[in-house]
Amino acid sequence: MLGDWGHLGFLILVGIALPGTALVVSVLLGLFKIRPKLPNSVKLATYECGVETEGPSHVQFHVGYYVFALLFVVFDIESIFLYPWAVAYRHEAIYGLVEAVIFIGVLVLGLAYAWKKQALVWR
Amino acid sequence: MTALSGFLLSQWYDLRDLGNPVRALIDWINGWGDGTTFHWVGYIVAGLIGAAAIGLFLGIAMLSLIWIERKAVSRIQIRYGPNRTGPFGLLQPVADALKLMQKEALTPLAGDKIVFWLAPVVIFIPTLLVFGVLPFGPKMTAANISVAVLYIVAIGSATPLVIFMAGWSSNNKYSLLGAMRGIAMAISYEIPMVLSLLGVVLFTGHMDLNGIVQWQQKYHVWLIVLQPLAALTYFISASAELNRTPTDIAEAESEIVAGYHTEYSGMKFGLFYAVELGNALAVSGIWATLFFGGWWLFGLDRWIPAWLIFLGKMYILYGALIITRGTLPRLRIDQLLDFAWKFLLPLALVNVLVVALEVTIWQENGISAGIVLPVFAVVNILLSVVLVVGYVQSFGFARRQRPRRARLITDTLAAMPQ
Amino acid sequence: MSGVGPVSAFYVLAVLSIGSALMVMAARSIIHAVLFLVLFFVSLAAMFVLLSADFVAVAQLLVYAGAIGVLVVFAILLTPSREQRGMETKFVGPGLLAGAVVAGTVIFIAFNTNWPTASNDFPSTVDAIGQALLNRWALPFEIASVLLIAAMIGAIVIVGGRGVDLDPGAAGPSARLVRRER
Repeated sequence: MLGDWGHLGFLILVGIALPGTALVVSVLLGLFKIRPKLPNSVKLATYECGVETEGPSHVQFHVGYYVFALLFVVFDIESIFLYPWAVAYRHEAIYGLVEAVIFIGVLVLGLAYAWKKQALVWR
Repeated sequence: MTALSGFLLSQWYDLRDLGNPVRALIDWINGWGDGTTFHWVGYIVAGLIGAAAIGLFLGIAMLSLIWIERKAVSRIQIRYGPNRTGPFGLLQPVADALKLMQKEALTPLAGDKIVFWLAPVVIFIPTLLVFGVLPFGPKMTAANISVAVLYIVAIGSATPLVIFMAGWSSNNKYSLLGAMRGIAMAISYEIPMVLSLLGVVLFTGHMDLNGIVQWQQKYHVWLIVLQPLAALTYFISASAELNRTPTDIAEAESEIVAGYHTEYSGMKFGLFYAVELGNALAVSGIWATLFFGGWWLFGLDRWIPAWLIFLGKMYILYGALIITRGTLPRLRIDQLLDFAWKFLLPLALVNVLVVALEVTIWQENGISAGIVLPVFAVVNILLSVVLVVGYVQSFGFARRQRPRRARLITDTLAAMPQ
Repeated sequence: MSGVGPVSAFYVLAVLSIGSALMVMAARSIIHAVLFLVLFFVSLAAMFVLLSADFVAVAQLLVYAGAIGVLVVFAILLTPSREQRGMETKFVGPGLLAGAVVAGTVIFIAFNTNWPTASNDFPSTVDAIGQALLNRWALPFEIASVLLIAAMIGAIVIVGGRGVDLDPGAAGPSARLVRRER
């Protein structure tokens, strides 16, 4: 078991090495003057369709994003709870069914509330 | 000569199953010395071979996908597509890669340089980690972990944060806007994705991908027949996270320049482009494994190498992604979020409850699988058709927004954009 | 946990997690702090893997690195004054004190508890957790759903009266245009 997880560690190394090689090659091409490197202030400016950028770039965002993130966290945790239930389900099927119906039912109530209160509407 | 007799063997010289020579090599290394001291060498060699093989496979697959994708999409749009570089434009991916490498790469002055450089590198890790758990054959999984189904979703949930890194460090309003839109959509579609996979786990009782494939082998059925609703929800929600055309609001080029990679140029942009294709291939691989039997093909896997079957399924299912990309227009963010929360999420919840009920009926009464699975298949297909059609009939149409007959505008100021 | 591989992995992860946790405090930019926080969550998940708690590891990855990370990012981006650099406040002293007290307590408990040790290769934990949820901990399982719905309703109530400016019913010429088209 642990060994298999360790193989994923090797994969992370490859995952860094693969794009890393591409970037290093690209930098080396720059060093050997194959790749042009002629920066000027216009090129390095923030691109906004040719118009000079105005105000801070890291603008304030609407609270709607946060609401969806909160709903996401709630349902994420719900589904995490349901996975061990699903694996162990066949040991005690009827009892497990009742338990899950109550669990999901409560959260469906929450979803219905959010729907009713227009919290699922993007604005 | 036995290697040519038709059946696949598990001898090292049967190169049709690529796992055989590797296993022989590792067994040989493990046998060094007194047979116990050098296991760590075998472990490291096995890990490096697996990781390098997946990296190599992904690299080649990305190059091939660039050509397949461009050619297929242009055929859908009645164009020729790439046809100048090599026969049928086959060398186009190489030309693309070379061009991207020798282009001038700009880093915006106002940006956050470290995060800006880190984002295109880090974004590769989730993709490779997903491929690490996919079973390419009965014994060809780099990491056969027992919580693989949930692991795939968890790894996938890291990608939006990397996209945020890219969007935020560019110090560009469009980049940040694209990244935020992308995250909002990705998290909304993650819930139906998790719940649809829950149906599969519930039905099979397995959370490791090899176990699910062997379950399908044991009962001689593809899970898409038994779980059409889960397959549909998974396909839609997983393809929504890929930033491809019907759902590419994170990089909608007609609205926000290029979204989160507006400021990226040269090879760094190329990396983002390649990762998108890799993620799409991963999704079709997961779809093939969970719903189309993975490396198993109704007994044919005794003659055809398992990895070839799996690759074939993966590329065929990739076609479904190309067709969605080529035929659907881009949706607005409010439509997408509505679709996730009000259509896919209820469907996935209904699916979970139906599957739980069916498993109860099956397990408690001890009915044989030969009788109960066809019934479940028919019931589930009918149910999914009824649910989808019924839902579309009752909620799917937008309220009529325009009057039936033309009207004169009496208040000119009201119609003028101000 | 024994053998060269797991032990060396433990030390790498220990350095990674403590380092990233320290960088959360030390980072000057709040977004960098969030990114280090996510790195910390990920290394903690890897720690859980080393303890053979694979399900907890994946849950940690999904809920903390995925969901909580996104939540914190969104929370920061809807704060108008987040660009303020230099977060020296007068709470540095009390904060360090509180942190030291918590750390001391945790270390004290860690060294004074008789930890049970598991066998080296642990079977999958998911099935065991599921059976525990089905039998002994059925009531907490249900209460968890009530807790989740309470959190959801709270979130909806807090941001209840938002988004009036974009409603078609609101005042303004563009709103009138929208209403006319209906």
